Amino acid sequence: MIPFDFEYYRPQSITNAADIFQTLEESGKNPVFYAGGTEIISMARMSSITTGAVIDVKEIPELKAMEFNGDDLVIGAGVTLTQIHEANLFPLLAQACARVADHTIQNKITLGGNLCGTIIYREAVLPLLLTNAYLVIASVKNARRVPINEVFSKRMQLNRGELLVQVHIPRNYVSCPYVHVKRTKEDKIHYPLLTVCALLTDNQVRAAFSGLVNFPFRSVEMEEALNDINLTLEQRVEQALNKLPAAVPDNLEGSAGYRTFILKHLLTSIVNELETGNVTNS
Amino acid sequence: MEFQSIGNDVIRKDAWEKVTGRALYNADISSPGLLHGVLVTSTCAHGNIKSIHLQGARMMAGVKAILTGDSYPDLTGSVLEDRPPLAKGKVRYYGEPVALVIARSEFEACAAAARIKIEYEKLPTVNSPREAIKSESPLVHDQLGSYKKVIPEVYPVQNTNICHQIKIRKGDINKGWNEAEVIVEGSFSLPSSDHIAMEPHNAKAEILPDGQIIVDTSSQSPFAVRKLISQHFKVDLGKVVVRVPLVGGGYGGKASTNLEYLAVMASKAVGGQPVLIKNSREQDIASAPGKLALEATVKLGARKDGKLVAGEYTFLVGTGAYADTGPRMTSAMAMSCTGPYRLENVWCDAYCIYTNHTFATSFRGFGHSSMTFAVERMMDKLAAALHMNPLELRRINAIQSGDTTPTQVRLTPSILGYLPGCIEKIQKLINWEEGNRIDMGNNRIKAKGIACFWKTSSSPTDAFAAAIVSFNSDGSANLQVGAVEIGPSTRTTLAQILAERLRMDIDRIYVQMEVDTRTSPHDWKTVASMSTFLVGRAVLTAANDAIGQLINLGAMALKCSPEDLDFQHERVYLKENPEFYVEYKDIVHGFKYPNGNTVGRQIIGRGSYIMPHLTAMDQETGKGQPGPFLTPGVQAVEVELNTADYTYRIIKAATVLDAGKVINPKSAKGLVMGAMGMGLGLGSREAFLWSADQELQNTSLRTYKVIRIGEQPEYLVDWVETPNVNGPYGSRGLAEHGIIGIHAALVNALSLAAGVELDQVPVTPELIWKKLREAQNDSL
Amino acid sequence: MLQILNESLIELHINGEIRKALARPSDTLLFFLRERLGLTGAKPGCENGDCGACTVLVDGWPVKSCLMLAAEAIGHEVTTIEGLDKVPIQQAFVDKFAFQCGYCTPGFIMNCQGLINIHPDASDEVIHEWLQSNICRCTSYQEIMEAIRSVLPSQ
Repeated sequence: MIPFDFEYYRPQSITNAADIFQTLEESGKNPVFYAGGTEIISMARMSSITTGAVIDVKEIPELKAMEFNGDDLVIGAGVTLTQIHEANLFPLLAQACARVADHTIQNKITLGGNLCGTIIYREAVLPLLLTNAYLVIASVKNARRVPINEVFSKRMQLNRGELLVQVHIPRNYVSCPYVHVKRTKEDKIHYPLLTVCALLTDNQVRAAFSGLVNFPFRSVEMEEALNDINLTLEQRVEQALNKLPAAVPDNLEGSAGYRTFILKHLLTSIVNELETGNVTNS
Repeated sequence: MEFQSIGNDVIRKDAWEKVTGRALYNADISSPGLLHGVLVTSTCAHGNIKSIHLQGARMMAGVKAILTGDSYPDLTGSVLEDRPPLAKGKVRYYGEPVALVIARSEFEACAAAARIKIEYEKLPTVNSPREAIKSESPLVHDQLGSYKKVIPEVYPVQNTNICHQIKIRKGDINKGWNEAEVIVEGSFSLPSSDHIAMEPHNAKAEILPDGQIIVDTSSQSPFAVRKLISQHFKVDLGKVVVRVPLVGGGYGGKASTNLEYLAVMASKAVGGQPVLIKNSREQDIASAPGKLALEATVKLGARKDGKLVAGEYTFLVGTGAYADTGPRMTSAMAMSCTGPYRLENVWCDAYCIYTNHTFATSFRGFGHSSMTFAVERMMDKLAAALHMNPLELRRINAIQSGDTTPTQVRLTPSILGYLPGCIEKIQKLINWEEGNRIDMGNNRIKAKGIACFWKTSSSPTDAFAAAIVSFNSDGSANLQVGAVEIGPSTRTTLAQILAERLRMDIDRIYVQMEVDTRTSPHDWKTVASMSTFLVGRAVLTAANDAIGQLINLGAMALKCSPEDLDFQHERVYLKENPEFYVEYKDIVHGFKYPNGNTVGRQIIGRGSYIMPHLTAMDQETGKGQPGPFLTPGVQAVEVELNTADYTYRIIKAATVLDAGKVINPKSAKGLVMGAMGMGLGLGSREAFLWSADQELQNTSLRTYKVIRIGEQPEYLVDWVETPNVNGPYGSRGLAEHGIIGIHAALVNALSLAAGVELDQVPVTPELIWKKLREAQNDSL
Repeated sequence: MLQILNESLIELHINGEIRKALARPSDTLLFFLRERLGLTGAKPGCENGDCGACTVLVDGWPVKSCLMLAAEAIGHEVTTIEGLDKVPIQQAFVDKFAFQCGYCTPGFIMNCQGLINIHPDASDEVIHEWLQSNICRCTSYQEIMEAIRSVLPSQ
């Protein structure tokens, strides 16, 4: 039971959504954009967030798009993880989506919701980081198309009132060889101990991580180390481990030591799989 | 003997209700004018309550009353009265109820509860049983000596954290050690955890204008609830009515009385209006009682041929902040301490210990699953020390009739059953002969582990049940009992017993699923896997009573003597010529002669049963008879360990137990498999996780992990049937037994596969990694 | 634009009928079904999306009704356990003894029903993927697997 009241709005267009956000903001309602709503409902129940109004954007046509358009695969922020998984237009993203929460919740969680949520894992962002995706972001002022790296740093860096509309993934990446591995403490349905998404493009391995540190990331420095052909595979992995962007945490999912052990094990097998073309995908 | 109903996979009587969503559980039933109570629980594990700010909440719309610890004077408890329903002065665990908001709607109650601010002055916490018994440990209860004992057999130690201690002294332990050629010792620890019944605890109470208290609750013990409510609220027993519909899982967790006190307090505070209190899942995990913790040390002595000669057991049972049934479970662990092995020299000290954790209540196995983990891990260590096959070691020590239990009960085949038969069967079932550790290549090791168990009722010496059989004018029968349908198909099993005895079609027996203490026959509790035995015996007596009446009236109808008659298929007939008969439908409400004269009366069969010959355990030696019979068995688990990253899969899990007689094979198999599943959860993932300040960290099902579909192994179940002469059709209790040894078997397999001693649960891949690393460092 | 500012009468399509009742915009669909319409087949087990006991179908797809607002369901087809009329999966649960206490059963059955309709060709892997959204604490799951396999044409 959510122990407070809020208003519910379901705009039909982006302009409509941006306008109503601004109006509600000005009237002090502290509105939130609402898509799948799974995180908002569970946090509101615990009073971890409060809001005076939710703006349900998931039925706006642009947010429901999922198609190839020119050089891009366009996926609306309101598309559910299940829809992405079932359509399987970008297998790496499809797999990452299929391991967030559980299947029934994937019917509700949207791509936008996973990217913009407060839970630290945001596993759907990993394939986007690897593919230099673009994000289309709208506000009452304008709509902009920006590279993901400019907006996603540890988490989505959106201004108040900005709405994530779409993700544009350059088409040439969607068929790259890839590996997706999610490791948990034990259970399949669980937050990641460590999720790794990796793909091979121009003979270079790219890798992005969730659960390893307290935010999802892709590290060019780590990739450089992993791709250093002057070193043995073992040395490359060791070098990559030295370039982590933050300390590996101890938490309920596992200790830093164990995470690092698993990371080493996974990186070795992932790089090996991608380079030998013998991809198993577990 | 040819059975009609017994031994058949009879479809549950509640099946169609349950698959259509029509089955009603307590919180599904709304009543007009229902108010809602919402708890505010402690965010501090041990502390003095400095202040409770209620003003903001009181002003909120719809709020009718707010209760705190000052609202009610009594301490409660089923063994030792140590627990205020709402914390008074201090809190002793994270999640302890501190305030209760009663409001017009659930929304208003939740909104107001969110406004209540409580300030605590933190006190040092007691973090584990082992720490709790140190002399410098803080005390969880400094008034322990003043608490009222509810049963005589509880022995608290004043000015300590020990709320109960019990001893087993059998044979001559020193003689045992002198005879021993091999001695092994080990220490084990098992965390507290939760029942996770899918239906969270909830209770509703209403006080009628004439003072009658009506409690509707999701409980395994409606009659115990009635007694306690009557005592604590000083209302005549007959004025308290407790009603229980279908219950959404209990596993022991709904056997104690908790929310019911609060619901009655709440109703009292609002002039007797009905108030419903439902735990959220978070409250259900943190606030409602859970499973005990155990720290155990076991020392075994054996001759070189493997025969056990001495066993010493120390059990430090963590009952959390309040005693509840912790002391009873501590005694139950002591009485079974050896496991089902022949051992003449036994020494056991068991302590029930307070900590600043969620308090414990009965949980499937009643302490036996924790105790058995320690014993069965130790048996594997002994087998290793003796270079013996673990199964062989168990076989040669298996207890048999003529032997005595740790509480010095002399065993007969009827009381004990036949463990060697179980061992023989599981050996084939799990293909033990292929080897218990096989290197499969590719970093894969397959290993098998085994564990034996036994359990009796550990009930009060006067545990009882009753049954009433009545008939409808079409000749069909109604069965009324006081056992709650918490899931195991108890009421269908009882209907099978009745159908068998009345020689009727099971479809012609109707069973009411709900319990109402005013109309249902008085019943101890639906616990201890005892309902089939205890209530089943009452059903048989009631059936016999009804049959006597049917035959007597049949004799009048057929104008012969009762000895000339027999009965079957709802007819009483002449033995010499079954074509002369009278149908039940024509006699169950009296028999009318053609001229209109009517004889006889409504036929109502009455039956009851009290467990005979039970005695309490002696405080100094443990001597006593704690139950009517034992159910022994053996379990095995096969795992596949990946030695590259220490992940593992549970491939197979098997149980063979002596069921006496299986009444409904599919139901029975389902119960044992489900209990195995829960036990494998305890072995592999389930545990309360505490912060440094002893705040419970995993209070949701997102962080408290249970096994989900696809993670289960292939389950194998088989039976040995050594009749229990006192049991209905020879049956023994079975239900919880599937949980008792299974995590021991799992961890025996994992220890063998990993090549490292794993002496705690849950065993996660990380634990195996850590233990191997520690072992490597030690060897360096 | 659809907007609901406070407790108001809303209209939902449920089990083939139009049902009207009062709802606050922050009421979950689960609360609305149970407390406003008396459809108590969907059960609260965690109200956090973790256990699946409250699963219903929305436009044919299983959804945890504790993680959906009643207002969100406006314009969509909701099917609850009360909307199934002795379908094969219900018979299969009965025949295979695929429940004990029965509390998780409506949620499991709704998820199974969604799967049967959407992926009648489901493999064991897909069955697991879908049904891992639900928790049963009484059975071993083996019985539930037998039940769903027995009604999937692919199995």
